[in-house]
Amino acid sequence: MTDTTATTGHRKGRRISLHVLGPVLALIALVILGASLNSNFLSYGNVTNVLARSAFIGIIAVGMTFVITAGGIDLSVGSMAAFVAGVMIMAMNAMIPTLGVGVSLVMAGMAVALVTGFSAGLINGFLISKVGIEAFIVTLGSMGIYRSLTTWLADGGTLSLNFDARSFYRPVYYDGLFGIAWPIIVFALVAILGELAMRKTPFGRHCAALGANEQVAKYSAVKVDRVRMATYVLLGMLVGVATIMYVPRLGSASGSTGVLWELEAIAAVIIGGTVLKGGFGRVWGTVVGVLILSLIDNILNLASIVSPYLNGAIQGVIVILAVVLQREGKSAD
Amino acid sequence: MSAVLETRGVTRSFGPIEVLHGVDFSLVPGEVHALIGENGAGKSTMMKILGGYLAPSGGTVLLDGEPVTFPDQRAAEDAGILMIHQEFNLALQLTVEENIFLGREKRRGPFLDRRAMQDEARKLLRRLDCHVDPGTRVRDLSVPNRQMVEIARALGRNARVLIMDEPTAVLTGRETDVLLKQIERLKAQGAAILYTSHKLDEVARIADRVTVLRDGAHIVTRAAEGFTEHAMAEAMVGRELSGLFPARPVPGDEVVLEVEGLTVPGHVRDASFKLRRGEVLGFAGLVGAGRTELMEGIVGLRPATGTVRVNGVPIRPGSVLSARQAGLVYLTEDRKEKGLLLGKNLTENLTLLALDRFGRIAIDKRAEDRALTGAIREFDIRAKDRRMPAGSLSGGNQQKLLLAKTMLAEPRIVIIDEPTRGIDIGTKQQIYEFIAALAAEGKSVIVVSSELPEIIGLSARVVVMGRGHIAGELTGAQITEDAILRRAMGVGEMAGADA
Repeated sequence: MTDTTATTGHRKGRRISLHVLGPVLALIALVILGASLNSNFLSYGNVTNVLARSAFIGIIAVGMTFVITAGGIDLSVGSMAAFVAGVMIMAMNAMIPTLGVGVSLVMAGMAVALVTGFSAGLINGFLISKVGIEAFIVTLGSMGIYRSLTTWLADGGTLSLNFDARSFYRPVYYDGLFGIAWPIIVFALVAILGELAMRKTPFGRHCAALGANEQVAKYSAVKVDRVRMATYVLLGMLVGVATIMYVPRLGSASGSTGVLWELEAIAAVIIGGTVLKGGFGRVWGTVVGVLILSLIDNILNLASIVSPYLNGAIQGVIVILAVVLQREGKSAD
Repeated sequence: MSAVLETRGVTRSFGPIEVLHGVDFSLVPGEVHALIGENGAGKSTMMKILGGYLAPSGGTVLLDGEPVTFPDQRAAEDAGILMIHQEFNLALQLTVEENIFLGREKRRGPFLDRRAMQDEARKLLRRLDCHVDPGTRVRDLSVPNRQMVEIARALGRNARVLIMDEPTAVLTGRETDVLLKQIERLKAQGAAILYTSHKLDEVARIADRVTVLRDGAHIVTRAAEGFTEHAMAEAMVGRELSGLFPARPVPGDEVVLEVEGLTVPGHVRDASFKLRRGEVLGFAGLVGAGRTELMEGIVGLRPATGTVRVNGVPIRPGSVLSARQAGLVYLTEDRKEKGLLLGKNLTENLTLLALDRFGRIAIDKRAEDRALTGAIREFDIRAKDRRMPAGSLSGGNQQKLLLAKTMLAEPRIVIIDEPTRGIDIGTKQQIYEFIAALAAEGKSVIVVSSELPEIIGLSARVVVMGRGHIAGELTGAQITEDAILRRAMGVGEMAGADA
């Protein structure tokens, strides 16, 4: 280690081993564990099932990565998803007489979901960046509002999509391309675009700068308000996308749709190595985090060693452990 | 007299890099021992080792002649060794009194004895000639007053050894006098004081002994008497120093920046001035005169009324981006809080202001890398590793990085606020040369500074501000310390208007 290039290479290698490899190793360990416990674990059916079900949280978590990287938080995404689903179902039911059951109805429903998600994100973002209320408070409030609005829209019960429309829309969740289910394809696309946006674009760089030190960002001619607002709008749109993939699965929405999704999404982001107080984020880490969480659930269901009722407890331990490990990695650096 | 705190052959490494190479240093009761050196010479590391913040990698630290290791800074504090930081160690949300007694609160039974603490806090502050109310929250205090609170806190702990890391960097001349008087007093009471400052006149004034460090090595320790400022500077830099200031470039006639009736609510009222092409315009004034606020108002960082014209075209108010696009940039005085992302690497810092020049959709990382190579060469940024975080650079190199970042936006008008705060003499000279070179290229520079020699040495014209308005303007031979101070304090303002 005499010349500088060797030194930096050595340093970088160590940083990779602690920061980057951690979540990946955990994921590999889980896969090996799952495969050794149950021969069905790696079957096409199970893999598709795990990935498709993690797509909703995954798509939302990609958006959450940007919000958290920019120093924010959004607690409202779970209720927002329920609300968007409710509005989407009601809108589709209402449009059947004019549009009939067909591609145009589904497209219109998707547009409604995206617009609703966009608007919900815009309201959050506006209150946070322009009115200057803390993100935690704004989204705590809107979490309650969307949840309650959904229950009200459903009149305390369930909003169901018209039966014919449901049958027509079903393949969006259950079918796929070349044997890969649509939710997985959409999740992968969102993740890849998100990763590129975070790493390669000025927007991603600005998010990290804003989360690291808002003052510096402001003094560096970054449009702080606009960037912050954009992160919430992006997240709202992605909640819309997740809902588009979710509605055909069950064809209904109620006040208990998407409960605790926000916490799962935040947990995935943190496990993936994004810093909760902002300044550093990585989308691929979030994807790994989502997969870790769904694999734990899946393994507990397949193997009967530990009760699946302990799923939440194990996930909780993993989140805390992930943060502890990352901190150790930092101080050793 | 024997030393109270001493190091013998102390070394310290960070990773594979050794930054201190076997330094001997001692502090004797009743002396002020100044530790001087350029940024990166190892002063901070040395102070942290003595203050118990860092353990040495090799060599010994002796307390009263006995080898000692401090497991943490608390243990050093218990041994009567206190460090006053350049970056304050105060809880902003707590009051002055709560900060002074933090960790050693006075009690009466199970409850806090507020009154006794308030009384003592007031007494300590009075000793420093500082008249803030102990019930004020620290966040509401000015920076110099925060410094006084920090010092009062150390006084309240009856320090035997006081380590002061550039205590006067943020103080005005009068406040510095008060502080130096206090130091004399502590010294007379038998305290040993380690003092660092980039202001060598202060060192000559206060120190009994001076130790010079250069590149982590001990160069010399000698009595301060007879050690001239010039000799100190040369020992620090390790070469002969010519004049500190380069020749002043001659400004053109063309007006590039015109500020008219600018008012920043609460700070500045009705400020108007003009800046010419190729000119270095100095802005002098006391701390709190509104210079920084005026500049921030001009570039859109603060809400302001009035007009700002660049080359005759008014710029959109309140937008840093449109000011930048018009070629007008501001380099903040607060490089740690407002200038650099300390946790991010050099590249991300360098390109943040001008990021749109590195691709609208995708950032061209190779171009960024080239920009960093260029900046390191052009601004002589000394980084051990290109990927290191900006916060690990020494103060002078951080300032150079900030300059490089600002210049990457290719401005035509640069406002530099406190260009050399907290940086050593060698780097200062480089920055002065750089400012003069900018003006010679036809760019225009505004230098805001509290250091009068700097203003006088660099500027062709000086605007003096006092209490939120422009109190006078001086050109050529009129620019003297006396003339600036008189206007800044409001004496002879009429005479200034006549001139």
